[in-house]
Amino acid sequence: MSLVDLPATELLRLMEGGEATSQEITREYLDEIERLDGDAGGDGGVGAFLHCDADAAMERAAQIDHLRDAGERVGPLGGLPVAVKDVLCDRDSPTTCASRMLEQFRPPYDATVVERLKNAGAVLIGRTNMDEFAMGGSTENSAFKQTKNPWDAERTPGGSSGGSAACVAAGMAPMAIGTDTGGSIRQPASLCGVVGMKPTYGRVSRYGLVAFASSLDQVGPMARTTGDAALLLTAIAGHDRNDSTSINALVPDYTERLEKPLAGLKIGIVREHFGEGLDPEVERAVRDAIGVYESLGGSVKEVSLPHSKYAVAVYYVIAPSEASSNLARYDGVHYGYRTDVAAVAEELAAERKRFQEAGDQRAVDRMDSSLVRMYRRTRTEGFGPEVKRRVMLGAYALSAGYYDAYYLKALKVRRLIRQDFDKAFEEVDVIAGPVTAAPAFKLGEMVDDPLSMYLVDLYTVSANLAGIPGISIPCGMSSSGLPIGLQLQGPALEEERLLRAARMYEKETDWHTRRPEMED
Amino acid sequence: MTRSYAMQQPYTIVIGLEVHVQLATESKLFCRCATTFGAGPNTLTCPVCIGMPGSLPVMNRRAYELGLVAAIALNCEIPGFTKWDRKQYYYPDLPKAYQISQYDLPMSANGYLEISDSKDRFEPKRVGITRAHLEEDAGKSVHDEATGKGDSEIDLNRTGTPLLEIVSEPDMRSSAEAKAYLQELKLLLTYLAVSDCNMQEGSLRVDANVNLHIDEGGERVATPIVEIKNMNSFRAVERALDYEAERQWRVWQETGQKLGDAPKQTRGWDDAAGVTRGQRSKEESSDYRYFPDPDLMPVTITPERVAEVREGLVELPAALRARLGADFKLSEYDADVLVNLGRAAVDYFFTATEACGEPKAVCNWVTQDVQRVLKDREQPIDEFGVSAEALGGLVAAIKSGAVPGPRSKEVFELMLAKALSADEAAAELGIEAVDDSDLEQLCRELLEANPRVVEDVRGGKQQAVGALIGQAKKKNPNVDPGKIRQLCLDLIESGA
Amino acid sequence: MPADRPPLTRDDVEKVSLLARLILTDAELDRMTTELQSIVGYVDQLAEVDTEGVEPMAHAVEVTNVLAADEARPGLPREAALKNAPNHNGRGYLVPAVLGE
Repeated sequence: MSLVDLPATELLRLMEGGEATSQEITREYLDEIERLDGDAGGDGGVGAFLHCDADAAMERAAQIDHLRDAGERVGPLGGLPVAVKDVLCDRDSPTTCASRMLEQFRPPYDATVVERLKNAGAVLIGRTNMDEFAMGGSTENSAFKQTKNPWDAERTPGGSSGGSAACVAAGMAPMAIGTDTGGSIRQPASLCGVVGMKPTYGRVSRYGLVAFASSLDQVGPMARTTGDAALLLTAIAGHDRNDSTSINALVPDYTERLEKPLAGLKIGIVREHFGEGLDPEVERAVRDAIGVYESLGGSVKEVSLPHSKYAVAVYYVIAPSEASSNLARYDGVHYGYRTDVAAVAEELAAERKRFQEAGDQRAVDRMDSSLVRMYRRTRTEGFGPEVKRRVMLGAYALSAGYYDAYYLKALKVRRLIRQDFDKAFEEVDVIAGPVTAAPAFKLGEMVDDPLSMYLVDLYTVSANLAGIPGISIPCGMSSSGLPIGLQLQGPALEEERLLRAARMYEKETDWHTRRPEMED
Repeated sequence: MTRSYAMQQPYTIVIGLEVHVQLATESKLFCRCATTFGAGPNTLTCPVCIGMPGSLPVMNRRAYELGLVAAIALNCEIPGFTKWDRKQYYYPDLPKAYQISQYDLPMSANGYLEISDSKDRFEPKRVGITRAHLEEDAGKSVHDEATGKGDSEIDLNRTGTPLLEIVSEPDMRSSAEAKAYLQELKLLLTYLAVSDCNMQEGSLRVDANVNLHIDEGGERVATPIVEIKNMNSFRAVERALDYEAERQWRVWQETGQKLGDAPKQTRGWDDAAGVTRGQRSKEESSDYRYFPDPDLMPVTITPERVAEVREGLVELPAALRARLGADFKLSEYDADVLVNLGRAAVDYFFTATEACGEPKAVCNWVTQDVQRVLKDREQPIDEFGVSAEALGGLVAAIKSGAVPGPRSKEVFELMLAKALSADEAAAELGIEAVDDSDLEQLCRELLEANPRVVEDVRGGKQQAVGALIGQAKKKNPNVDPGKIRQLCLDLIESGA
Repeated sequence: MPADRPPLTRDDVEKVSLLARLILTDAELDRMTTELQSIVGYVDQLAEVDTEGVEPMAHAVEVTNVLAADEARPGLPREAALKNAPNHNGRGYLVPAVLGE
């Protein structure tokens, strides 16, 4: 068995016991990236990474090995490679959000999560592909490359953290950081057959996370096992005074009691989750998984989340509204892409001439100023279609006359969704259900139908709206050989409960050990 | 008694003011960059105030507290819950393309400020404060001639500086009232140490909303509201308002446009030309797409805390004026002049008065001689060379006669030059109190030597005695002319 | 769709494109109008939810008074601040003249 087949917790044990070095481990992973990920353009491989600085990674690994040899503290992730979604600022390194807009951006600071990873001794092995600005569910909205599902190269890895899910599934990194605004960790984890957790909103700092929808965005771990996810979450979670929305509460060591089963676990299932549109294979896998809990002494109770059917509608008001505001800053003035200003001047001169010759003074008066046109050209050239669509949607929802009907209304229904969860968790410990309605869909299948693509988030968005944690763990395979995920959701700040519940299941099954067969 | 401005015009001018003051914090509203004025361009910025991707705001506690103190002093209601909203528009000096401000739930509302004029040019009145809320400042755009390409240079040092926006009701009816409102507001905020209100450095900025109410056949007609910007001094505000009133009156006569007939217009004041000029309205300027900032948590406050802040307020200018009138018998005018000099000057007055018990005399010294020197030297009063106790000593010495009135300025100058007490300065100048018997002896000698004067006085020409005063001062420079005059008259009358 | 609100038009979309500082070609405008209509149409189901007396929920975590001490700290050196700017002169960010805006 090669090092890249081992879970991170095992790799850590080997390094601590002197049986392996970070350099050996990092080298093997870099070789796998070299072998499997394809060229920079994304052809001929998984295409999970946008940037990979092998030399820097090896240098960092050597540094950790040296520290460990010298008996110094190396941190809880000491020497473990971790891939990071290209949406968290890494000082003086590329942080593109898979957007032309930020292709040249090199942040002058580290995101808190990146800083914590560095302090924990992680070897940052590469930056993973994603939907542009994390908007999408297939990673097809990346401006740079197409990531493929390691289980089937014709299928999507999911998104927006598709690169992170794919690189872990393909064995190119033991662990990765993803972000989840409406399901962007759990859905790709499910479609790629790995563990992915969206923690409670506020559990992990958003400082340095390039914002998509500020009130929904959350950073979380992706890994092959719950143990590895627990390890990574412990390293990144915790209060950050640079993030006003960060929760000031003690973070347990999630690895400590992971193996301890939860006695008398009360599992809630939501009837609406098993309704129309759910793939029968997914339904069977999820129901079987719930059966496993029952066999472990758990009880199952049906709970009602009457407003969850509105979750996607609420989400597609709140997320685009916040996004339209968060992305307004990309205007080509202080950082990022700027259009050719000379071309803008020429364009305007030609336009003015045309209007004047046509005697259309009104059109001349209404022309953009050169600054406004520079903004518009910059943004039109710098953003991809999905980002534009959401920015438009958000600007519309917030514009004069519509605020009450859309944004305010959505915030009210959001509270009702949260109250449904609060009530449900008075009766059950966790809620179990599907992550997605079906296994990975084909690349290109939904690009022309934004609304269908949005409905993919059906089972995941309500956790973001309510701010509660959710985890996706492998729970089956479809007849066509595609992974299926089980989602567990818990009350706010109960990440430990979710991880322990997930571990109970993991111990009884071997879905998490399945790996795709990868060709060079 | 007051002259009615409106009576002389065929219209009434209606004025509301929006004042932005920079709060006196060390660091910015949502990051910890310094707020120092005058640093090199872009030397006081960080990822947060540059609006870098991923950066997040964290609210400055002191800024909220200063805003609270100001709002309470402006008699505002303080709601228990306030939040932050994003006001969205594009401008190169606004790097996030939104300004963090307060929209529907401001930190304070429904207050007032009382204004009056010690020269009675208008009736005292209460100007309503619609709201006072916190927001961040934008940066600065400077047209960069040097590049020759017509680029503008953006400096983000000021970006994120805490501002308190104080919006008045349209309660002012003349430029004089508007100026008085601004002066009183500035004084109040300076007393509270909420802001230095330095207009030159942009710590206090004024926009005005103006229109006219015209009486047309017994019916009141309002003209469209105009917002005036770019007024860089209180004097400019006064001039701009007067100009704008006449301009609107002219436009009204030409077009007859009423409120609602035209959209709100923005005009800039050109101080050199003395006119307001129309500014190009932004295409969608009114659609700011406000929504609650998801990056910032609301602020809550209890009524107990509000009461505590109210209790802890320093004595405000209005109360101080009243106390100076009631307890120190200063005239309204004197009290106003003294209070307007600032709290430090008033404290100086209190200390000096305590040393001599002569408030009126002290007030005259503080508002005249002391102030003249401070102005010349551009010095604050707490660095003044004559301490309040020493000034009190001087006033006491004048009262006792130890320092004769005519020589008091000389004594004052020496006290200032050499940091001496009144007694020391008087001694150094050789001033001695003249004994009453010596004085009488001197007068008798003078009357004897000038029988002509005695005759003139007896003939009814009292002013003839003035000739003796000059002679007396030659003989003894310390004599009090008033006493000499009175004594001589008394002696002549008593036939001595 | 609540009956009292007019449906989203191509004209609305064009106006919003200015608010969003984007340029849409005629074909893009048509397409965007259709797409937004379908999304907005879906979102309009929110109108059927009774939200009488429900407080809006703007944050997933509802804590208050997150305030920092007023202590100035050094920020970025100017060079680092300007490094990512598309155009700067070493002192400030440069943009086409801000005139008549």
